[in-house]
Amino acid sequence: MFETLSSRLESIFERLRGRGKITEADLTEVMREVRQALLEADVNLKLVKQFIAGVQEKALGADVLSGLNPSQQIISIVYDELVEMLGGVDAKPKITYAGAPPTILMLVGLQGSGKTTTCAKLALTLRKQGQKPGLVACDMQRPAAVTQLQQLGKQLNIPVYAEEMGAKPIDIAQRSLRWATAQGVTILIIDTAGRLHIDDALMGELQTMQSRTRPNETLLVVDSMTGQDAVRVAQSFHESVQLTGLILTKMDGDARGGAALSIRAMTGLPIKFIGMGEKVEAIDLFYADRLAQRILGMGDVLTLIEKAREHITEEDAQKMEKKLRTASFNLDDFLNNMRSVRKMGPLTQLMEMIPGLNKMVDSNQLQEMMKGDELKRVEAIICSMTMQERKNPDILNFSRKKRVAAGSGTTVQDINNLLRSFKEMQTYLRRAMNTQQPKKLAKPNKSLPQGKSHMHGKSAKSHKR
Amino acid sequence: MFKRIRSLFGQSDTTDTTAEPAENLQTESLESTDEPAETAAIIEQTDADSPEKLATDTTDDSVIDEEISQPAKRGFFNPFKLGLEKTRSLFGRMNTVFKTDEITEDLWDELEETLLSADVGAQLTDKLMSTLKDRANLEKMQRGSQVRSALKEELRVLLGPSEPLLFSDTSPITVILIVGVNGVGKTTSIAKLTYLLKNQGHRLLLAAGDTFRAAAIEQIKTWGDRLKTPVVSHQHGSDPAAVVFDAMQAAQARGADVLIVDTAGRLHTKSNLMEELKKINRILAKYDPEAPHEVLLVLDATTGQNAISQAKTFVKDSGVSGVILTKLDGTARGGMVFSISAELGLPVKFVGTGERAQDLAAFDPDSFIDALFED
Repeated sequence: MFETLSSRLESIFERLRGRGKITEADLTEVMREVRQALLEADVNLKLVKQFIAGVQEKALGADVLSGLNPSQQIISIVYDELVEMLGGVDAKPKITYAGAPPTILMLVGLQGSGKTTTCAKLALTLRKQGQKPGLVACDMQRPAAVTQLQQLGKQLNIPVYAEEMGAKPIDIAQRSLRWATAQGVTILIIDTAGRLHIDDALMGELQTMQSRTRPNETLLVVDSMTGQDAVRVAQSFHESVQLTGLILTKMDGDARGGAALSIRAMTGLPIKFIGMGEKVEAIDLFYADRLAQRILGMGDVLTLIEKAREHITEEDAQKMEKKLRTASFNLDDFLNNMRSVRKMGPLTQLMEMIPGLNKMVDSNQLQEMMKGDELKRVEAIICSMTMQERKNPDILNFSRKKRVAAGSGTTVQDINNLLRSFKEMQTYLRRAMNTQQPKKLAKPNKSLPQGKSHMHGKSAKSHKR
Repeated sequence: MFKRIRSLFGQSDTTDTTAEPAENLQTESLESTDEPAETAAIIEQTDADSPEKLATDTTDDSVIDEEISQPAKRGFFNPFKLGLEKTRSLFGRMNTVFKTDEITEDLWDELEETLLSADVGAQLTDKLMSTLKDRANLEKMQRGSQVRSALKEELRVLLGPSEPLLFSDTSPITVILIVGVNGVGKTTSIAKLTYLLKNQGHRLLLAAGDTFRAAAIEQIKTWGDRLKTPVVSHQHGSDPAAVVFDAMQAAQARGADVLIVDTAGRLHTKSNLMEELKKINRILAKYDPEAPHEVLLVLDATTGQNAISQAKTFVKDSGVSGVILTKLDGTARGGMVFSISAELGLPVKFVGTGERAQDLAAFDPDSFIDALFED
């Protein structure tokens, strides 16, 4: 959905990645490009300025963390800022339910933002969560808007409250409350007519509707393709009818989502749902981190960095980095690493965060190995080895393997599998280090044939996107 | 019923290699299926219904009638100006800066911000800024007002000449296809265009080509009733190309001289839906190789830089010939039309400034620019 912004930023950072050290001048240049990319993505001008200033300041002020090169750090800062702008990682979009049903949701917005379609989508989603939704057709402005909601309701088998042409939206909304109680509806979704935020009469009507129906949520439906005007529109609506959240629509197109960023950041209103297509099922919950990662087009690697930062001390990281660089990473390190990494969360999930890992390591075993039970087995295997064996697995002959298998309650095959996976991982890590730090990896480890490691280095480069 | 029409249709697709069977098809379909009869029934119904209905019905209709009786009063471009007047003009807030006796850095900064905040886009803004700065140097500009007029000139150049709606001079029926993404105001624009052209004495027929969205057909039919204009429609979910096929026949049979085809909103990134548009074009071309004579892309002025991506794809896939810029009565300035005109050479033909049938005007670049600079 945000491909274009992603690719713009990615190409900028791609160049950054190639540099070991970044000067202040470099940074300014990069920031200029980031600014351009954000503006082309319809991020609000004021916000762009804030964003750029924030990133620049943090980038200049931050100490370079060991194990991360400066460019990655900048990416990390950009990511943090994006997540922040989108409401933070912890922001869990939720609907506020009423103490006693029905919970009332009122959807408001400009013409053509997708209110009616979204009403139906919401109803369907909430029904899946065990609610009994009901729809109220209060758009008496647009020809056939009522029919549209009725047809959608019929299609989804969701009751719709509608009145004859000529009825006042305020009255309809008010009367629908009694209907909802009679019908046993637990969540009532009110569709309103599209209106301009500067149309005082119609905004007044919304206010009255709101005060009469007391909705638990007043949600602004925003077209994700909206330009610079998005913030103004949202702010006006917010001033008139205290909004409680946003729903972004048409996110299945190639809109770059600047409107989403801008409104979220400048009104502080949470984005609760995103519409992903014309089908009634096409609605998703919104997560700030996922969106930010998508904007950056980086997989979840930044979350990985984030998590690593929380759970691995700087000293450990430095040690680890040194070992990785000199390719003296052995099974003992692997064990320690595994234990500390496990604190970060489910490993399969962590694995998925590393972009390109699945492509580079053709090993289901590694994945298998990383799943819960397998880990314990791996731990047992390594613990049954002598220190010497852990440091140099190559000395593990059949008799040693048999001993280890007996000690760990596994089989020789398990041990072979682990050793194979470990070799693959070593290779992968070397490739990863090679692409990031080409110069420093000039000295390959003796334990592996020199030619081979070079070959891998090259192939890794050619595999690079 | 639809099956029959479609099989007939399939036939026409495969057998119609020569130019003349179009006529055959028309008579054949009229005789052999009840579908065209239903079409005719729909047309008749709207016609028979409307006068009575309009006489007694809602205030909306009486407003429209009133407007129909006195359309020329406001002058041609005024409605559009009225729309813009509802908000501040784009450069109005800059007029104090423009009045200064020297050209300050502040002026440039403010100009850049104004352009960017009006969705002109970062690239075009950069280009405009450097052009203006170059000109300021070369022409030894000293006052803000000089920058102002240079800016006006540059913006005016971007919009290109004013281009009116084209009518076919070879075919008795001019076909106008209306396309765009979801929610930009296609159906409303069709209603407005109908109103405008009807006032100019044209006989119109509308084709309800949005068979996808719930109640889209009812929406255009309601407008047809209000504007006393026949609408050809099929059921929800039917093939829009078949609707167009019938509408073309109905237009010929009823001697309409303008056929406006509504289409479902489609995100330009959905290639299957873009293919559907091509099919509609192919069907029209069977009647008249030059049809559709106009393909108007409806753009929402609230849209940002995505509009450019929309325009590019629609131009490629459906041969867009012009733009209808809607929702100019809001606070958005539709600055992306500058990029669209300049980059794609696509003229803006109409602007929409409200929800009523009369809220559409032919686009005049000069008054558009003037309005942007008003105090």
